[in-house]
Amino acid sequence: MVRTLIEQGSEVVFGYPGGQIINVYDSLYKYQDELRHVLTAHEQGATHAADGYARATGRVGVVIATSGPGATNLVTGIATAFLDSVPMVVVTGNVPAHQIGTDSFQEIDITGITLPITKHNYFVGAVEDLADTIREAFQLAKSGRPGPVLVDIPKDIQIAKCDYEPAQPVTPDAPWPAKDVRIQEAAQCINDAQRPFLYFGGGLVISGAQKELLELAEAIDAPIGCSLMGVSALPTDSPRFLGMQGMHGHYAASMAMHHADCIIALGGRFNDRVTGNRFKFATGAKIVHIDIDGSELSKNIVAAHALRGDIKLTLQKLLPLIRPTRRPQWQELIAGYRAAEASETPPEGLTPRNAILTLNRYLNENTPVATDVGQHQMWAAQHLVFHRCRRFLSSGGLGTMGFGLGAAIGAQMGTGERTVLITGDGSFGMNLNELATAVTNRVPLVILLLNNGVLGMVRQWQTLFFDKHYSNTILDRKTDFVRLAEAFGAQGEAVDTLEALDHALARAFQAQGPYVIDCAIGQDEFVLPMLPPGGSMDDIIVKVGD
Amino acid sequence: MNQYKYIIAVLVQNQFGVLNRVTSMFRRRQFNIDTLTVSETESPDYSRITVRFHGDPRTKHQLVEQLYKLPVVSAVEDMQPDDAVCRELLLIKMENNPASRSDILAAVEAYGAKSEDYTRDSIVIQLTGDTNRIDAFINLMRDYHILEICRTGVVALERGCKTIREEIN
Repeated sequence: MVRTLIEQGSEVVFGYPGGQIINVYDSLYKYQDELRHVLTAHEQGATHAADGYARATGRVGVVIATSGPGATNLVTGIATAFLDSVPMVVVTGNVPAHQIGTDSFQEIDITGITLPITKHNYFVGAVEDLADTIREAFQLAKSGRPGPVLVDIPKDIQIAKCDYEPAQPVTPDAPWPAKDVRIQEAAQCINDAQRPFLYFGGGLVISGAQKELLELAEAIDAPIGCSLMGVSALPTDSPRFLGMQGMHGHYAASMAMHHADCIIALGGRFNDRVTGNRFKFATGAKIVHIDIDGSELSKNIVAAHALRGDIKLTLQKLLPLIRPTRRPQWQELIAGYRAAEASETPPEGLTPRNAILTLNRYLNENTPVATDVGQHQMWAAQHLVFHRCRRFLSSGGLGTMGFGLGAAIGAQMGTGERTVLITGDGSFGMNLNELATAVTNRVPLVILLLNNGVLGMVRQWQTLFFDKHYSNTILDRKTDFVRLAEAFGAQGEAVDTLEALDHALARAFQAQGPYVIDCAIGQDEFVLPMLPPGGSMDDIIVKVGD
Repeated sequence: MNQYKYIIAVLVQNQFGVLNRVTSMFRRRQFNIDTLTVSETESPDYSRITVRFHGDPRTKHQLVEQLYKLPVVSAVEDMQPDDAVCRELLLIKMENNPASRSDILAAVEAYGAKSEDYTRDSIVIQLTGDTNRIDAFINLMRDYHILEICRTGVVALERGCKTIREEIN
């Protein structure tokens, strides 16, 4: 099994040993010069690390864990990868085949548990099938719409011997373009539009269709917006790019999408965080939807033109059919939305926005930035500046608090670049045990902890929609994050001014290992704009009074 | 949107746990499955699942696409009632008494059903037909004393020489 992982191009795997995977770990010991195993503090951290590795590199992340609790600890991480289409191979041990079904010690039906959160999973029944099963798992994880695949190996199969027959790394199934007739119909629709808008999600990154997207935008004179999963796909300063739209998206992007008469959706699923109330969403627009996964077409929003196929190949066939057009009236409207967005003067001092703008000055074009989930995640998505794709790593679909630290560790190991984690005190508290992993492996991490002492996103909802009933969102913890970092063997400092943050970042970006900056922000900072849950773009909240 | 009844044939790999993968997906996506049958096929490599469900055309599209995403699914065919032979099997156990006996046997005769078991107190009747025919027969029997009913889900084959295996890509 370990030789098959090496053969498939794995250089680093993340995991945690245990009784029912001990034989695999014995092989990892033998092959440690060829395959690096990173021991995490918890199996969940291993899945997030493999996920971050895969997101940042586009390669398959690999996780190894034992049976029972080792396997169940993987569930949140597998689901996180599944909802964001991240290629991952997860290997679990299980009790010997003759004990399966007897509720023996640390036996759990992990293939049953992970059925709805994997692309597919396998229970290996014979040692002769093991290598090919692992190869199939890689193939499936990478092909079409990527995702996690789990391989459960009972202990007797791990002990059994068979000859290893070398094979080539599997290649993903060849992508294909949408049908010509569909492309022609879509081109007609796009050519007839007055106010076209391009919206893309994570699928654009997987397809690598950035160049074609920009060409199409240029040809039809259209603005571009994206979902959270698309944030770093285009350079932030691309001229037509309005940034993320949706619940907490940029005002101009959301308004342009709402007022478009033709939305060309590329590799996105019209998630409720994108559309708000989907029955009131862009009611005047015809939807042209391109996705490799046919089940996404007309799932949430009915598409006038549903194109099943690879985005890049489909756009390459679509582009010659497009009539280049200038649309001064539409551009004037968009300029108006942009002006409205830029008109407010943001407050000075140590606000979340200013903290992230300060951080931007320290990022180079290769720096991966991972986030956790909550207010800090949205501020990061709104204000970070990116130059390269696969550099913003965030749990979009599942919204997993505790994702970020593991993901940052994995991304650093995959790219070799100093990596940033933007987190909050709530999310950081969930999986901060992985600081131990970062320290042990001397991972250069800059951890910007936006600390407001509350669960800010839920509190924001409570302020706006629940009469300020702050039910269980005031943390009132006495955690000293600087001493905590030091106790783990990391460095840390606390800041409460923008100037101090600037100096702290300068030190953090020179540090050897992980560096925690405990950055105090106000508990009543809001993520704005905000589309209220179930509302339409007309209900967008731009400002909050007292 | 209007609700329709659909019959979908699914050719799946003949492996342990495949039925669970398919039904687990139906449950998770909350499809309204009316009946489901599983059977062996002409090839030991495949099993065939026939599903009848109700929903609107978008729901059917979703169900078919979600089926195709399961690696164990080899082919999916949307069976059109006019172009397919669709059959169910009914077993129904009626109370056997002198007052109703001749009426029941007349109905069995009229429907081309068969009485498979005949005792002093009961008659077990077997009927095959499409869903409407079976429903109609059961309705007729409600005038008498039904002891027990058991019926299969739909099985369906397309008319003509076309087979679902031609759909495997």
